[in-house]
Amino acid sequence: MNEFACTLIAHDLSRRFSQYTAVQGIEIELKQGEVLGLLGPNGAGKSTTMQMLSGNLAPTRGSIQICGIDLLDYPETAKQYIGYLPEIPPLYKELTVDEYLRFVAKLHRVESSQILDALARVKDRCGLNQVGKKLIGILSKGFQQRVGIAQAIIHQPKVIILDEPSVGLDPNQIREIRELIRELGKTASIILSTHILSEVETICDRVQILNKGGIVYSAVLSDLKRKSINLEQVFEQFTLKKELIGDY
Amino acid sequence: MILTIAAKEIKILFVSPLAWVFLAVVQLIFTWVFLGRLDAFIELQSQLMLISNPPGATEVIIVPIYAVASIVLLMVTPLLTMRLMAEEWRNHTMPLLIAAPVTVTAIVLGKFVGLMIFFLIIIFLIGLLPFSLFLGGTMDLGLILSNTMGLLLLAASFVSLGLYVSSLTTHPAIAAAGTLGILMMLWIVDIVSTDLGDLLSNLSLLKHYEQFNRGMIDSFSVVFFMLFVISFLVLTIRRLDGSRLHG
Repeated sequence: MNEFACTLIAHDLSRRFSQYTAVQGIEIELKQGEVLGLLGPNGAGKSTTMQMLSGNLAPTRGSIQICGIDLLDYPETAKQYIGYLPEIPPLYKELTVDEYLRFVAKLHRVESSQILDALARVKDRCGLNQVGKKLIGILSKGFQQRVGIAQAIIHQPKVIILDEPSVGLDPNQIREIRELIRELGKTASIILSTHILSEVETICDRVQILNKGGIVYSAVLSDLKRKSINLEQVFEQFTLKKELIGDY
Repeated sequence: MILTIAAKEIKILFVSPLAWVFLAVVQLIFTWVFLGRLDAFIELQSQLMLISNPPGATEVIIVPIYAVASIVLLMVTPLLTMRLMAEEWRNHTMPLLIAAPVTVTAIVLGKFVGLMIFFLIIIFLIGLLPFSLFLGGTMDLGLILSNTMGLLLLAASFVSLGLYVSSLTTHPAIAAAGTLGILMMLWIVDIVSTDLGDLLSNLSLLKHYEQFNRGMIDSFSVVFFMLFVISFLVLTIRRLDGSRLHG
């Protein structure tokens, strides 16, 4: 793999909030067409990492490169390649789905001649065809989450950052969203955070486990399957053990 | 990009009844004042003829409307600016704007321009009142223009201050109360500061506006308004940048 095949490289990523260190020395490399799962207990620093990768939070130390462009030095250029779904989907509840998606498309510099096509494409992909004219505020949680994903992919980004994409959804919706993510993974690279192990097992190519602000484990999922290693055991081993040491 | 964000602000403003109610209520007040002054002018007209160099229709009818307008805008602006930034934090939509390939400057300017377009509508509607009198006679166009310009600069100052205060909090109500408080202070500062001399009273926005109201475009006042607007826009940009840097 040469360097250009990596769509996202984060090197030595650290973030301190006054005295408290949320994330320290994280290394992430995301290859083209790869789905990477960031796994970790609550408070491990997953969301902080996602916020830094999306440009919402400046790292205290380290560098981020998106498709070879430095996110900190050239934020406007680098951000064109990113689609980001925060933990809470960023929706304007007083707009309709169509109005909202059109705004997001313009915001992401989709050419005005292509906005209609882009709109039709994401609505089709995310199953939003029947609700285009409805106000976002009256949609169910599942539909709101889908609108959230739609806004992250409307400009066909090379890197898609999803922060807990299946939170608050019912089992059927979770399955649908997983299928969608799998499909998106064919054309773009995806990094998603979650604390649901089965989610990583079904949709990710690679997994990195975060604990206490650092990466404690990293593996390719097909390797795990071949060696028939149970992800749950690995997770317990690396996240619980650390806590025991901490308590000790 | 600035226009995209401005268009979104306008859209969100007009999908809620708030903007429409404001336009209706504000216009009702202005028209009331207008008709009242018009009535007074018609009654006084014969007596005014006796004075040498009498005040014209513009001075008697239009100038008071613009004086009232400045106070009305002072009361109304905090309610319109309160949600500009505070609601983006509160609804967690700020990450969308920040993660998009847009500069923080464009976000702030977009919001500023968006609300200024709304104020242009209000100022245009006020302007219709004096222009309706052109049907029956001549008006002092210069006086009307200086008042319009003053009101525009005043509104820009109110909006930039409101925008900044809104970026400091996640509660729109606190932003509204804070903005109103500061605007009131800037209003009364020249009443309070009679003994303290010029320095403090120069801060009073409405005192600067009085110059325009009288038909005098004072370059000091123009520069003061401009600096006021730019300062608070820069502070807002710094505040947004700071939230990214300091978390």
